[in-house]
Amino acid sequence: MADDLERPAEPAHEESEQHLPAPSILPFAFAGGVALILIGLIINWWLAVAGGVLALLFGFAWIRAVTRDVRAAPEPEPAPEPEPVSELAVEEEGPEEPERYPGSVFLELSTLGVGAAIGALVTVPALGFMIAPAFVDQGDEDVDLGPLENFPEQQYVIAQFNSKKGEPLDVGRRAAFIRNNGQLNGVPSFTVISNRCAHVGCPTQPQGLPGDIKQITTDAGPVAITPVASVSGFQCPCHGGAYDAEGNRVAGPPVRALDRYEFMIREGRLVLGTRYSVGKVEGTGANAKIYSYKRFDPGQHVDGPEQILWPLPPYEGGG
Amino acid sequence: MAKTTSKLQQAVMLPVDWLEERSGLVGGIKYFLFRKVPAETNWFHTLGSATLTAFLVQAVTGVILAMYYKPAPAEAYDSIRHITNDLTLGWLVRGMHRWGASVFIILLFLHMGRVFLFGAYKYPRELNWLIGVVLLTMALGEGLTGYLLPWDQTAYWATVVAININANAPIVGPYLGEFLRGGAEIGNDTLARFYSLHMLVIPGGLFALIGLHLYLVVRLGITPPPWTKAAAGYEDVEDGRALRKGLVDPKPRGNGAIAPRGPEA
Repeated sequence: MADDLERPAEPAHEESEQHLPAPSILPFAFAGGVALILIGLIINWWLAVAGGVLALLFGFAWIRAVTRDVRAAPEPEPAPEPEPVSELAVEEEGPEEPERYPGSVFLELSTLGVGAAIGALVTVPALGFMIAPAFVDQGDEDVDLGPLENFPEQQYVIAQFNSKKGEPLDVGRRAAFIRNNGQLNGVPSFTVISNRCAHVGCPTQPQGLPGDIKQITTDAGPVAITPVASVSGFQCPCHGGAYDAEGNRVAGPPVRALDRYEFMIREGRLVLGTRYSVGKVEGTGANAKIYSYKRFDPGQHVDGPEQILWPLPPYEGGG
Repeated sequence: MAKTTSKLQQAVMLPVDWLEERSGLVGGIKYFLFRKVPAETNWFHTLGSATLTAFLVQAVTGVILAMYYKPAPAEAYDSIRHITNDLTLGWLVRGMHRWGASVFIILLFLHMGRVFLFGAYKYPRELNWLIGVVLLTMALGEGLTGYLLPWDQTAYWATVVAININANAPIVGPYLGEFLRGGAEIGNDTLARFYSLHMLVIPGGLFALIGLHLYLVVRLGITPPPWTKAAAGYEDVEDGRALRKGLVDPKPRGNGAIAPRGPEA
């Protein structure tokens, strides 16, 4: 501690002939403000204004600090000492607080403040870079699954596709169970169910007879389409979750029905859109009534009293 | 130096003294190694050191594995195969890291059980218990993040499940899940993210907290087993005064660095 060092006796309270102001960093801050004004005159007017404010502020503080003793002099001396002392302070017989230079509090606070500012300058962007990318631009990309002829009416196919361009195949690979429900009042209808189990996200499998796999390539990369005959439902290999052919939970730990994808038909091709969560499905096929919700992670209730546990999911999109 | 020191002793002590004079390290190490411990310490007291050893094995083997492992989805599995099958002694170091991870966790729990059953978590050592709990959590975090790195089917789906379990925590869960995944779906970033957590973030915290944990162990001393007289609060057994006040008025156990609480202090 610097306070342990010997220091010259403080001249402040001696009413001597000579008056020495206390050491202070304020003139340097004042000079910094003036320098900022000069730089600002060349570079940017706003910088000059900021420099002016700083110079005024620190100049005023400097004058206050320098004249403190003079201003304090006429007052009766015992002003600072006989403050009402609390009982706690009386009991404590610790080492006496060493005398401080008048500017030392300013120095201490400015050191802490500058340190905190520098620390924040480095830490905040780094933390932001660590956290923010996970939450920004996370919407689902549209996925082109190829011409409609590959989706026979009233039959499920497994479509395996790449959900994101630019990701390796084994990472961005997703699967959906797609059934062409034919047309309802002239509007084509598809049931597009995500294969991710609504328990903790393992891949479910359709219960049926798989046919021959068909490989095609679209804008979204390679797409594999496997027809499955007479699907009675879907099952998850991890923990035994079971669903019916519409994706409703029938057994096991899942908390809701299987997620679904929005779909579009563009120039005779089936295109998948955003994934959304489903509470339950009433009816079947084209006549189904889907209780759809914003997309939630597997295992989270979308309906019923438990839904209050997850009030603000961070995902974009949803239905 | 005594007058009878031989030339050899002088030659040995010269660098030691040089170091001690400039750093105080020798005295510090002596203090650490030859500090007083209760007479009744037994093998159960070595579980903490065993856990530390297991952690150091993980640290060393992990650093070496990181020289060969490639944390990218396209290369991770192949680099693990390369380490295991092709590189000299790679199977051994990877095996040590893989099985040592379980040893580390098992020893942690045994150490925790010893501390609990011996009552060593009581005043004034509550803070060290709390630090130990954080250490346990971080060690489990090491297990979780390390499990993904082989990047095989087991690793991938186990991590899908583990992240979704995390994401099911009320209110903050979805955000935690999204942070762990590095996005809405497990993807390219998840592996690198887990690698960074596994390699840098969590081990850094572990090293720091283990240091604090050990500092508190040295400062507060070692707890004698609960069946000993020292633990029961017999003081001054030698002069026959044997006042058994420990059970109604517990006294901080250890090397006596801490003043007892209470009016008689």
